[in-house]
Amino acid sequence: MAGDKKKKIVKTIKVNADKCNGCRACELACSSFHAEPRYSSNNPARSRIRVVRDPLRDIYVPIYAGEYTPSECLGRDKYVLDGKEYDECAFCRAACPSRDLFKEPDSKLPLKCDMCEGEEVPLCVKWCLVDALEYEQREEDAEEEEPAGEMELGLEALARKHGLRSLVDAVARMASSDKA
Amino acid sequence: MRYAETGFYLEVDLSRGNVERVATDPKETELYLGGLGTNAKILWDRVPPEAEPFSPENLLIFSAGLLCGTPATGCNRTIVSTISPQTRLMAFSMMGGFFAPELKYAGYDKVIIRGQSPKLVYLWINNDKVEIRDATHLAGKGAVETAELIKKELKEPNAQVAAIGLAGENRVFFASIEQGRSSASRGGIGAVMGDKGLKAIVVRGTKDVSLARPAEFMNLCEDVAQYIKFRNQNPIPNVMPILAGLGSPQEMKVHDEKWHTENFMWGNSRLRRKDFWNEDIAREWTETLDSMRRRLISCYNCPMTCGATIAPPGRPTYMMKCFSKLTYTMAAMSDLEFGLGIAQSATEYGVDGFSAPQVMAFALELLEEGILTAEDFPGMPEDNEGRFYWLLDRIVRREGIGDILANGTYWAAKQIGKGAEKFAHNNIKKHEQLPLKLSMLNPIYFLMYCTGEKINITQIEGQFPQAPFFTLEERQEFVKDWFQVPDDKFKQYFLEWEPRGEKSMPFFPTVQMCCDIVDWQERMHYIDDALGMCAGLSSFPLKPPYHIHNYPKFISAGAGFDMDEEKLTQAAKRYRTLVRAINISRGMRRKDDKPPENHWKKRFPELEKELLDTYYKFKGWNQDGIPTKESLIELGLGFVADEFIKRGILREDDDTPSQEMAAAAGGEV
Ligand code: SF4
Ligand code: SF4
Repeated sequence: MAGDKKKKIVKTIKVNADKCNGCRACELACSSFHAEPRYSSNNPARSRIRVVRDPLRDIYVPIYAGEYTPSECLGRDKYVLDGKEYDECAFCRAACPSRDLFKEPDSKLPLKCDMCEGEEVPLCVKWCLVDALEYEQREEDAEEEEPAGEMELGLEALARKHGLRSLVDAVARMASSDKA
Repeated sequence: MRYAETGFYLEVDLSRGNVERVATDPKETELYLGGLGTNAKILWDRVPPEAEPFSPENLLIFSAGLLCGTPATGCNRTIVSTISPQTRLMAFSMMGGFFAPELKYAGYDKVIIRGQSPKLVYLWINNDKVEIRDATHLAGKGAVETAELIKKELKEPNAQVAAIGLAGENRVFFASIEQGRSSASRGGIGAVMGDKGLKAIVVRGTKDVSLARPAEFMNLCEDVAQYIKFRNQNPIPNVMPILAGLGSPQEMKVHDEKWHTENFMWGNSRLRRKDFWNEDIAREWTETLDSMRRRLISCYNCPMTCGATIAPPGRPTYMMKCFSKLTYTMAAMSDLEFGLGIAQSATEYGVDGFSAPQVMAFALELLEEGILTAEDFPGMPEDNEGRFYWLLDRIVRREGIGDILANGTYWAAKQIGKGAEKFAHNNIKKHEQLPLKLSMLNPIYFLMYCTGEKINITQIEGQFPQAPFFTLEERQEFVKDWFQVPDDKFKQYFLEWEPRGEKSMPFFPTVQMCCDIVDWQERMHYIDDALGMCAGLSSFPLKPPYHIHNYPKFISAGAGFDMDEEKLTQAAKRYRTLVRAINISRGMRRKDDKPPENHWKKRFPELEKELLDTYYKFKGWNQDGIPTKESLIELGLGFVADEFIKRGILREDDDTPSQEMAAAAGGEV
């Protein structure tokens, strides 16, 4: 209807690192949810949430896989919070060439948290039985202009990395194997 | 395709520096499940009864349980098995933490170590890449320190490390294997690791563990999670707080230690301090714990937070578990600040938290009695706390008197002589026990102390309440939602059980009932140890989320072979009997099945004899505690019967041992 603003759903996971006990149930649940077929295999190395965990320094930071980035940052971040010094990039969510984090262990393809699309709550939230992870959903007014789609951004990134030609080839290959 | 398990063992020969990946036989999994079960089978097959604990022939097996690495909450145990230098019997200690799942993700169900390395090494398992690496630069380093150094040198912050400290290197008979949040402590298996020249095993895995029927398995997991939430909100009434909830004893959370400090024994398991706990002490100990405890932490895939990181002033942070919180404090008749401080050294040195404090208290008692003299303790400080630190140092270095004490109270007493044996009074099968001395014989506990071959009471008790409730109404309330029982008769036993009068201890539960109760409690522990489940969510607490009714479903949905209650009960009985068989072949007999002499003041020799006679029969053992040929064959353990007959332990025609052979085997175990 004219005059009505578009609404969009914003999904957030609130991480309360103080409550985290480092059990990695969230990693396990994520990896098994995203297995094909669903739950058929378990492997935290495929998880889209990772707990940066160093008990002796009391460091517990659950972080989510964010965007893929084709190149690493020029500078690196280092944080000291509450007297604890965190490793470089500890809070960064990117699947980045500088590290193995958030990449499939075999293919090295980047992983990204998808909030367990289709589920009532993300699986990590459900299986964090101590409520260090909480799920929130809220409605917000959508922006007037549609931002570039996720797919386009992803394709651009891949094209930059592999070249447009080989990307087109790969898509063609996928399309033909899909038909078979 | 194998489900839940990986189907591979890693065989490591340290004498030859050889590493091999060996496919396993799925039939063995159906018969022995995994973890403890298959460990026992390997020890039976490959370590002859003549093999010395400290010898290249002894095996040291690190096994993940069958369901480790799956989403089953709390299934994270590593079961370490070997022949113990202290008991000279099979030792099987478990550790929680993160090692077993990582091993599974690396593609192995077990690491089997044999041989002896000429120099100190560590094993680095990175998926398919396995290396034996030099560890001479780590000699003498603490267990926690070692883990940190190795992770740094390999640049693998996510690797899991199981390491020994100085105690293991020096083959102290109660040396532990430490793994961050957890340790495998009982039976001196750290000493065997040291004897093999193995400082640490480091593992990193990024492979899949698959499930046979995933959707079904996840539903089971969800039921368990729901029940854990329910139990956390509904502690069991009428039992002391420590038995009311789930998890390993929640020692890192509780401040109120009235029950432990007034009921357990202090010193060398001697002194009961009935009015110890008061407001001042409560305040002081609360301040101590609050000031040192940084965070409550869990094992892999578990919400229970049974451990904590502890930062004593001026010392490195370490991770503490369960009751080691109080064992040093109470052995030294000191306070919590001392206990939490010395436990840091003990963790780095890698010693068992029950045996080590008791050995030190024992030594000081011998000094007081004049059996040892000041000359045996040259340079020992005057102050009480200082003495304990000094003794711990001597023991892990095996210096002076420490060299004798490092063998535990039983062997030390023998070596010292002069009546020292009387002071090594709190052992079963040569192994130090919880410091507990009670009045009236408890027939259930009598059987468990006698026959528990894990040689640790907490590893066999749990499913049946420790004491009767006062009123019938309370008992009725308790049995209402007690669905974990394998059979409704257990509810009846409990309903009838009175604190005093005709149906009270020691003559009630009846002998037959005691057999049922002990057998059920033991069975649940053995199943946990094969599956890799933490006892804290299963066999140890009352009304746990895992039990005999849902375990078969977990196994069949997870591992993909048929399982039901009867088959599972039979499997557990099979490898439980195999553990006994290993020990019998090493000379253990009825004479060894006994509690510490002074555990109860009021004893009933006739009843005790009847209990043991009946229980042996119930288990399919003859009157000397040896599994009979008939029961062995029924369990598919005919090969054990053959061996027993060959060795003259059993006779071909009947099940009584031939007299001479029994005498020969009955020497010093
Ligand atoms: S499940 Fe929760 S408590 Fe466990 S590691 Fe993840 S965020 Fe931390
Ligand atoms: S219940 Fe406690 S000891 Fe057991 S797995 Fe969970 S945190 Fe570890």
